Amino acid sequence: MAGRVGIVAASTTKFEAAKPHEHLMDLVVEVTDKVVEAAGINLKDDVEAVVSCSQDFWDGRTISSMPIPDAVCSHLKDESKVAGDGAYAVLYGAMHILSGDNKLILVVSHCEESITDGTMIENWSIDHIYHRWLGLDYTMGAAMQARRYMDKYKVTPEQFAKVVVKNKGNARKNKLAQEAMELTVDQVLKSKMLADPITALQKKPVSDGACAMILASEEVAKKLTPNPVWITGVGNFYEHHNLGDRDLAECDALIKSTKRAYKMAGISNPVKDLDLVELSEYYAPQELLWTEGLGLCGRGEGGKLIDSGKTQLKGEIPVNPSGGLLSGAPVIVAGMARVAEAVWQLQGKAGEHQVQGAKRAVAHGCDGLAGQMHCVLVLEKGGK
Amino acid sequence: MANRVAIVGIGQTTHSGRRPYVNDGELIYDAVTKALEDAGLTINDMEAVMAGNMDFFEGHHLNDAMLNLYSGAAGRPGFKMNTGGTVGTMTAIQGWYHVASGLYDVVLAIGWEKHDEGLVTPAISTITDPAVDRHFLVGAIGGLATVSVAYMQRSGCKLEHAAMVRANSSQAAHRNPNAHMREIYSVEDVMSARMVMYPLNLLMCCPTSLGATAMVLASESKAKKICKKPVWMKDHVTVHVEYGGAQFGIGEKRWTSHMEAGAKLFKRNHITKPMVETQVFEMYDPFAFAIPMWLEDFLVCEPNEGWKLVEKGALKLEGEYPVSPSGGVLCTNSIGDSAILRIAEAALQVRGDGGEHQVTRDVKQALASGFGGSYWSDLLLLSKTID
Repeated sequence: MAGRVGIVAASTTKFEAAKPHEHLMDLVVEVTDKVVEAAGINLKDDVEAVVSCSQDFWDGRTISSMPIPDAVCSHLKDESKVAGDGAYAVLYGAMHILSGDNKLILVVSHCEESITDGTMIENWSIDHIYHRWLGLDYTMGAAMQARRYMDKYKVTPEQFAKVVVKNKGNARKNKLAQEAMELTVDQVLKSKMLADPITALQKKPVSDGACAMILASEEVAKKLTPNPVWITGVGNFYEHHNLGDRDLAECDALIKSTKRAYKMAGISNPVKDLDLVELSEYYAPQELLWTEGLGLCGRGEGGKLIDSGKTQLKGEIPVNPSGGLLSGAPVIVAGMARVAEAVWQLQGKAGEHQVQGAKRAVAHGCDGLAGQMHCVLVLEKGGK
Repeated sequence: MANRVAIVGIGQTTHSGRRPYVNDGELIYDAVTKALEDAGLTINDMEAVMAGNMDFFEGHHLNDAMLNLYSGAAGRPGFKMNTGGTVGTMTAIQGWYHVASGLYDVVLAIGWEKHDEGLVTPAISTITDPAVDRHFLVGAIGGLATVSVAYMQRSGCKLEHAAMVRANSSQAAHRNPNAHMREIYSVEDVMSARMVMYPLNLLMCCPTSLGATAMVLASESKAKKICKKPVWMKDHVTVHVEYGGAQFGIGEKRWTSHMEAGAKLFKRNHITKPMVETQVFEMYDPFAFAIPMWLEDFLVCEPNEGWKLVEKGALKLEGEYPVSPSGGVLCTNSIGDSAILRIAEAALQVRGDGGEHQVTRDVKQALASGFGGSYWSDLLLLSKTID
């Protein structure tokens, strides 16, 4: 990349199954106040532009960013809304800085999944001529993906369940996590079957919350904080939409995103070069597939990787030390919350689930049916 | 220093009110194919593809991903912006950021809408707060009728001036083969149209249309290599304002998003006489009072002078400062596509490729605007040359 973009500070709300007494903008105000305080800036004077991230269907509102300028005090400023996963909002924010247009910006994402019916929204994202009428939602998409993955690479439901045990277990150390549980593989497999092989505990819980970040140019970031986190590599790609146009046991878009991001950041051996990974596993099987896509193991070896224990909190390459999406984070906020977690890890502020001495991390966001779009960000601390 | 960005390919569909045998993906494909042909490139040359549109108008969630086989985004980078009426300009600006950041050299930006597959006003009504004022404001017209009355009171503009604007637009659209409403209307025709919400009658409101626009954007080094007539996206300003009563800029101390956008853009580019230094303005003009009122608001002309320019005929295609020579949003409004189409049409004017609706002035620089949300603006400056 042409220059370095610094993340000065990040904040999230506590993620909860429902926040019935908080308006969406209460969440935005909460995370904005927190991040502004953490960055030691003045919201009104210092923030030049705002990148927000939300989606009309989830908010039940055309132009879901309508109330954002009020909530983030950006009257008469540049505000723009990314309608996708929050990781893309961070990427778009980075573009603002790299282009030289802005030196300091606020990125903020929000969603209250509890106010609507997510499966219906998922169905509305599916091609309206051929497939929507089958009643598909993301759980069914993920189940087909998991089945194909099992079929092609002989990955097992037990290995999927291990992901849940690990992530919800890691969440016990994370104060902001929504669902922290001590589980056994058997408990995971015996929870209610949603769409074979995906059981209830293998699905990300319904969640409400928001996330905010301050991004700045290298010069400004260094002035504001002794420990800025640099975005040193980015990559994002779409998969085809029609499931029949993809091999669901593969993750081509993620592989391409990873290649691009790693090339920019100069990463050749991810297991060695990275200290942790925060990825978007909406469903447990996806974590295994995404670890392959992120190059943490060979193709088809996601199951072996979880068996090896390398991705545990104390392992060689911890994956989702925070508990990941399985421990709770709303869609949209999901990918950005992964970035936030990675930022805190690199700043040494993660708390009990801190990965000691973490210098370089990957945050991954994705959205769509069976993970149709992927965004990979490489984050680093220190350096020249 | 940012990479400089040029428009190197432009494509648009024909626009109309109803095309039941064409789906939204096919509209996109049509515009993309034309833009690529115009650029002399193929989809394989596109390093990223971005698409902008409003979810509720057709009732599709994540439709950038859903339609990515048609747009060419499948297997490529890209993501979706969604900012209301400005989504088209925002998608082009997103393209600008992709290139200006140095991350990409050639990208494709697409805006589209197919209003015959949904209901616009119920969808727009949900822009307001569910707890506070969703019950009062009906679609876009409530706010726009209010600001029109305020403008009439403030400036001395009469209903007849709005009718003149619409009559001019119909003359322009008649010469634009891609416009939706191409019928010619006289001032009397417009005056006798059915009243919708005072002072806006049916012809003074934009129609609901369908169509798509695609543009290929390239970095300076690439543009100079591959394009004979690049149009430079010299500058862009986005201004969003708070949601609430103040959004309309009614009252004594008016300082609207358009004013802020105009002030910023002209100051940064050292433009002191916008009507001389830019030669045409493709304005997002969704109602007839918009052209005179917003020429003032964008600080292009003096306060209360807009309607006088209309009266003089100065804003016609062959006038001293042509505004919306394509017929504008008044004659074609496919919302997700409307704002990017303003940029595309302004770029065609800069290239001299306006065809029958090419303005008579020699165009060196052009303005294009987007409008949406709670009175939000995007304002862009296009240029034939880059210094």
